[in-house]
Amino acid sequence: MDKKTAENTWFDKPENVRKIIWALGIVCAALFLADFFYHKHAHFAVENVFGFYALYGFIMCVLLVLAAKLMRVFLMRDEDYYD
Amino acid sequence: MIDGLNPALILIFGALLVPLFPQPWRTAYVIALPLVSMLQLVLHPYGSFAEVPLYEMTLETFRLDGLSFVFGLIFHIAAVLGVIYALHDDDPVHPTAGLLYAGSAIGAAFAGDLVTLFVYWELTAASSVFLIWARRTESAFKAGMRYLIIQIGSGVILLAGLVLHYNESGSITFAAMDLDTVGGKLIFLAFGIKCAFPFLHNWLQDTYPEATASGTVLLSAFTTKLAVYALARGYAGTDMLIWIGAAMTAFPIFYAVIENDLRRVLAYSLNNQLGFMVVGIGIGTQLSINGAAAHAFCHILYKALLFMSMGAVLLRAGTCKGSELGGLYKSMPFTTVCCIIGAASISAFPLFSGFVSKSMIVSAVAYEHLTVVWLMLIFASAGVFHHSGIKIPYFAFFAHDSGIRCEEAPLSMRIAMGITAALCIGIGVFPGLLYAILPYPVDYVPYTTAHVITQLQLLMYSALAFTVMMVWKIYPPELRSVVLDTDWFYRRLLARTVPPALDAVFDRVYHAQAYALTTTIVAVKRAGSAFARSALARDNQSTNMVTWAVLALAVSIAWGMRG
Repeated sequence: MDKKTAENTWFDKPENVRKIIWALGIVCAALFLADFFYHKHAHFAVENVFGFYALYGFIMCVLLVLAAKLMRVFLMRDEDYYD
Repeated sequence: MIDGLNPALILIFGALLVPLFPQPWRTAYVIALPLVSMLQLVLHPYGSFAEVPLYEMTLETFRLDGLSFVFGLIFHIAAVLGVIYALHDDDPVHPTAGLLYAGSAIGAAFAGDLVTLFVYWELTAASSVFLIWARRTESAFKAGMRYLIIQIGSGVILLAGLVLHYNESGSITFAAMDLDTVGGKLIFLAFGIKCAFPFLHNWLQDTYPEATASGTVLLSAFTTKLAVYALARGYAGTDMLIWIGAAMTAFPIFYAVIENDLRRVLAYSLNNQLGFMVVGIGIGTQLSINGAAAHAFCHILYKALLFMSMGAVLLRAGTCKGSELGGLYKSMPFTTVCCIIGAASISAFPLFSGFVSKSMIVSAVAYEHLTVVWLMLIFASAGVFHHSGIKIPYFAFFAHDSGIRCEEAPLSMRIAMGITAALCIGIGVFPGLLYAILPYPVDYVPYTTAHVITQLQLLMYSALAFTVMMVWKIYPPELRSVVLDTDWFYRRLLARTVPPALDAVFDRVYHAQAYALTTTIVAVKRAGSAFARSALARDNQSTNMVTWAVLALAVSIAWGMRG
């Protein structure tokens, strides 16, 4: 690092990335447990499943990415395909 | 305030004068013009003004009410922000085309009749294409042509629809339309093209990323939201829109995960956000129409902000492809923060603008107990966070360091991004300000414990899914690629089949021409000799006239097809 201006490289350090992941994990755990402490005004039966929004958000996002990866097999072409 | 003066006219005629101003006066003028026009709008009373008689019809060229006001206002705000953002380059095409385009969209929103709507509808297409062509590349020129054909096509369908509608109903007033009539169906289709309905959507992802940095910001604001307004005015409560909208929220996010060009990712998420508005219009309750209008308002701001940040990246790093970027937070910290604010807003984080508008629509769906639609919208909400909330900022500004070191965005871009970001947070923190200008009275509380917690659960677990897949290397890497969408049908299939087919047609035409020519000459000769002998000259004369007419027609058709 012989740069004239010291760069901000906070995010480049693996220990900081680990901190972020840990923080996210703690927030997610807290949010899951938060379902104990308030009353949902459920409009749908499924909303009454404990931690429904958390589970649904996680599972659907994994499925979204897996489906998108599958789409690549059929729909991906070279960058100059239309040129 | 001038009574009865349509703000759209201030913008349209004012825009035409932009190139005449030398710098630095031009800068002052392009910012002042939309502000003056906005002032005229804000001070003007509601009602119908500037009526123009046309044959036996009356054109209502300036109708101001609760619904058109919201759209007119946000279009003005977008115009101001867009021209400020575009100041960094000295090219007068952006402010000229941009203000003309904004004025056309505002004029369309204030049109009280279908004829006026049609005129402005076409003007938005003709003025906005210059924002694509301003890129001055071969591919931008071609994309602009495709854009123009589709946009003008939407206008032609609108014209056909309004003629039929006028014949069926005797009225050209732009109010609730009847989807059971042919005219009503055609007008619906015209709106659907501009609103990027599924299968009619791909002009958007095809063309917006081809425009300049400033061009895309301006493009993102007007055309599709004008279509949202038109649907809200003409087709509120149409059940079909609920399903069309739900499909729109869901399918683009799959593309957004694997698309490499980050502005194209944003174009897909623009499409997905339109879906929420279309669902709101389809439900047609006061809450859901309010929600659609509010969401259009917020969406214009955060989508512009996201396009602004990616435009800054394009300008400074020279590319917008996820595969080439990364680590830009070191070079562009301000842009990074603004992008994250836009990302938080589109993801509907509490305290950001998207939360207070999107939750109205989702609540409206819940009140109607539409389980499947609701599950689709919740899925789409989580998915939006995945690509617009995480993917855009992550791959551009963080991820692996691409080694690119560049300057921070120019001052005018930073000012535009700063104001837009402040508006996104302001609306999120003080939703009452936005609710006060919605078409119907608002009886809705966005910040309840249940809303906030459930939304945070949805978003944080979406983030957790992203993180887990990144750590385990399941997440698809950014690759240099093209992902096929419906534009393949006209960019590849038609392009590969029509020219050869045309060649065959040309051959036939030339053969037919030669044949027609020779047979005609023979026929003329015979007719001529017959004319000399016959007393029935007139019949022969008329036959000859027809023959010559057919020949002229054949030649002119062949000539026309050459182009």
